[in-house]
Amino acid sequence: MPPRSDAWRRQLIALRRHLDRWLFRVGPPETAPIVLGQRRIFVLPTPAGLAFATALLVMLIASINYNLSLGYALVFLLGGVSVASIVHAFRNLLHLSFTPGRAEPVFAGERASFHIVVANHRPARRPALRLTARGTVVPFEIGAGDSADLIVPAVTAGRGWMALGRVRIETTYPLGLIRAWSVLVPEQRCLVYPAPEPTPPPLPEGASRNLGRRTGSAGDDDFAGLRTHQPADSPRHVAWKTLARGGPMLTKQFSGMDGGEIHLDWSTLPAELGTEARLSRMTAWIVAAGQRGLAFSLALPDVRIATGRGSEHSANCLRRLALFGTDAADA
Amino acid sequence: MRDTHSPTRTQFGWLLAAVSATLAPHAIELPYWLVILCAGLIAIRSTLLWRRGKPPRQLLILLVAVAAGIGVRFEFGHFFGKDPGVALLAVLLCLKLLESRTTRDLRAAVLLAYFLQVGLFFYSQTPGIAALALAGALLTTTTLLSLEDAAARPAAQLRTSAVLLAQGLPFMLVLFVLFPRVQGPLWGLPSDAYSGMTGLSDTMTPGSISQLGLSDAIAFRAEFSDTPPPPSQRYWRGPVLTRYDGRSWRPGFSTIAAAPRYAPSGRAYEYRLTLEPHNQPWLLALDFPAANIPKTRYADDFRLLAEQPVRMRTRFDLRSYPATAVGKDENAIVLAEARRLPANFNPRSTRLAQEIAAEAPDSAAILARILERLQGMDLTYTVSPPLLGTHAVDEFLFDTRQGFCEHFASAFVFLMRAAGVPARVVTGYQGGEINPVDGSLVVRQSDAHAWAEVWFTGRGWVRVDPTALSAPARIESGLSAALGDWDALPLLRRPGMDWLREVRHRWEALSNTWNQWVLGYNPDRQRDLLERIGFPQPDWRTLAMLLGTSAAGLMMLLLAWAFALRRRRDPLDAVWARFSRKLARHGAARHPWEGPLDYGKRLAMTFPERAEPLRTISEDYARLRYGAEPADPRSVRLLARSIRRLKLK
Repeated sequence: MPPRSDAWRRQLIALRRHLDRWLFRVGPPETAPIVLGQRRIFVLPTPAGLAFATALLVMLIASINYNLSLGYALVFLLGGVSVASIVHAFRNLLHLSFTPGRAEPVFAGERASFHIVVANHRPARRPALRLTARGTVVPFEIGAGDSADLIVPAVTAGRGWMALGRVRIETTYPLGLIRAWSVLVPEQRCLVYPAPEPTPPPLPEGASRNLGRRTGSAGDDDFAGLRTHQPADSPRHVAWKTLARGGPMLTKQFSGMDGGEIHLDWSTLPAELGTEARLSRMTAWIVAAGQRGLAFSLALPDVRIATGRGSEHSANCLRRLALFGTDAADA
Repeated sequence: MRDTHSPTRTQFGWLLAAVSATLAPHAIELPYWLVILCAGLIAIRSTLLWRRGKPPRQLLILLVAVAAGIGVRFEFGHFFGKDPGVALLAVLLCLKLLESRTTRDLRAAVLLAYFLQVGLFFYSQTPGIAALALAGALLTTTTLLSLEDAAARPAAQLRTSAVLLAQGLPFMLVLFVLFPRVQGPLWGLPSDAYSGMTGLSDTMTPGSISQLGLSDAIAFRAEFSDTPPPPSQRYWRGPVLTRYDGRSWRPGFSTIAAAPRYAPSGRAYEYRLTLEPHNQPWLLALDFPAANIPKTRYADDFRLLAEQPVRMRTRFDLRSYPATAVGKDENAIVLAEARRLPANFNPRSTRLAQEIAAEAPDSAAILARILERLQGMDLTYTVSPPLLGTHAVDEFLFDTRQGFCEHFASAFVFLMRAAGVPARVVTGYQGGEINPVDGSLVVRQSDAHAWAEVWFTGRGWVRVDPTALSAPARIESGLSAALGDWDALPLLRRPGMDWLREVRHRWEALSNTWNQWVLGYNPDRQRDLLERIGFPQPDWRTLAMLLGTSAAGLMMLLLAWAFALRRRRDPLDAVWARFSRKLARHGAARHPWEGPLDYGKRLAMTFPERAEPLRTISEDYARLRYGAEPADPRSVRLLARSIRRLKLK
């Protein structure tokens, strides 16, 4: 692309941003819940509305020319209907309230799902609504006094925080002649973990500690006994059979869990690996360790996480990896 | 993107209903082959919809379109004007219906349907047609709505579009009254614009008026400010016919001036004439109209003329003096024409007139004897007289002896002229019926009449109605009284149909109001109305100001409606929201995810001195909101009161 056109495009984007801020009041992300007031709902005719207006004009001219009193009346009635339809479209969005729901962390390349709860406090149905975010259009409607839990899918590419960004809510109800819309930027983001390496080398078990070798690589799954359940324990290791028999909630202990402590260390990875490749490999390892219920510690150039196990520990470590090297790492 | 969806059956069903409702009233005016074609296309589409079939190939549809276009060209001879225009639109709509595959096609069909609803008014603007067009508009609007809100039930779709039309209605009224009216046409109208207007023509041949006698259509209405004149004086003057060629009567030499050629005298009648369009300049005023009537001119045969042919229903405020003496100093050319007869016609009548003239001393005696002879001839008045040959007057007087008013007038004028007295035929309407509901005098086409005028030195033109000799009831009581039972009369003119006439009177009084206020609302009436409500000399700026103000007012009402429903929310929710707001002011706003019980616990910890009431309020709310029993208004009120009384530091 020639640089001149590139400059044009940049200017165009800047102009659009300016217009957004000044005309459509699109500002920084807002904290929940967002209620659509009359100042942020906009209405304009659709192409079908313009065609309708042209048709009305032609009908009016015919009525004048042939002195058709009832022709005037019908044209004016339809004109009145289209004016009323502006108010209907506006009313269909008015006072809708948006609450960002959860967005579970995903691995890069997977599809993220942003949940948005749209509530209708009016005791009347709101039909034919459309929500557009991240290039996806979600059509929906809400019953009287009801709310809708919308899921906006988004394709993830890189690790880190992914914001939902601009959300456009629009409707062409009731006649398709008028489009009412509003743009909002809810404070909602989804954490994207690095993509796990597809075929990672085996876990560096006992690499730093000889004690681990005693039980052997297969010893991880050897059942070693039961102990009282603690909230941090993985549900995978709950002794469901005991529980089902009416016994107390117990956690199964495996020999590997006690012995094979794993250190995932940034500095021990091969030197030829780049930053992202290292992150990918460590992600894969954390996933593998989590699946097997192993305890591990994580050492990154800027932070060190002590040994732990369970989903919370894994999530914490993955989060560090996801935000590695970004400003938001401490958030 | 969305427009390329294929429509659902409900959406298509609405469009089919809308198109059928719109086209059905058109069936009367459209050529029969076109009606059959349209009905067939709609039927095919309905079947396809029922069986979920695919629409036919586009090439086939194109061929049908071209064939229909050629047919319209043959039928009307051209493509321009309202008749071929409406015909083409109707075919186009049906074809569009057939080939529609996407919602965008449906939108295009919807616009065509709206056009055809306006097209209905080319032919008729009665309240009935208005109701049909309104029904069509409702169905068409429902089609548009169903395209947006496909999920709603059909009954709900119909209701919403009815709500939209109801909300559009005030805008319609305001625009109808205040939109600056322009007197059309804006440009030259196609030649067929005034087809279908009935009324008197300016030639009279045997049978031309009896043809009108079969029509019940209204010619004009007159509302007298005082008592109307007696039936024998209700002569409404149309064309005056002087030239005779043995068969037809045509107008003679006549000049037009800005003032009448007579001095009105005697009793005056004031009335408002509402004339149906007849595409002719004459106004059918009662004999003889006063001077200085605005927007009119005076012909020297005593007709009152409009400046242009009357092409729409028009009102005139008139005054007439039936007792005025006219034509004492008649032009010699006019008198010469009024004596002239074509040679070699009606020898028997000519002989009779010459015999009478030879015996009589003056014109008055000639008139008296001719009337006497006519009365003695036992002539019968009928709406369906036998056909006459070359010597029409002879055959009527001596052979068939049956005739309508034009036969009587024609024969009488012939005899007078043959006896050397100037005479001429006057056509117009005679009589009329008072509508007991609103008191207006209704004159129909069946009241069309022909009579005669005879000129005497020193007296001028004198009206003589020869029909009155044989059928005096025609003049006093109208056509039905004068005719025997066996004649083919319009249904409502037959005796014994009184109850039907009563219904008709009511209907016509209503439609008169409709005509005056709805159809006849024009620039003049608009000005009158605005002056009456306090805007002297309104111009377009006044109209724009009034229009803007009223439209803005209506818009505010609609917006108030849009906002209003929010306030009607659940009272319990409102109470809880008030509580949350109150605590937010004290720095303890409820978190969006926080339930009432958790919130109550947190508040109790934040405000330990008010812990008890705070926890009670939260628990009460939770019980009322999520309890098995629905919240009763009394408990909600109690909760509201305890929230009001809650004091925080």
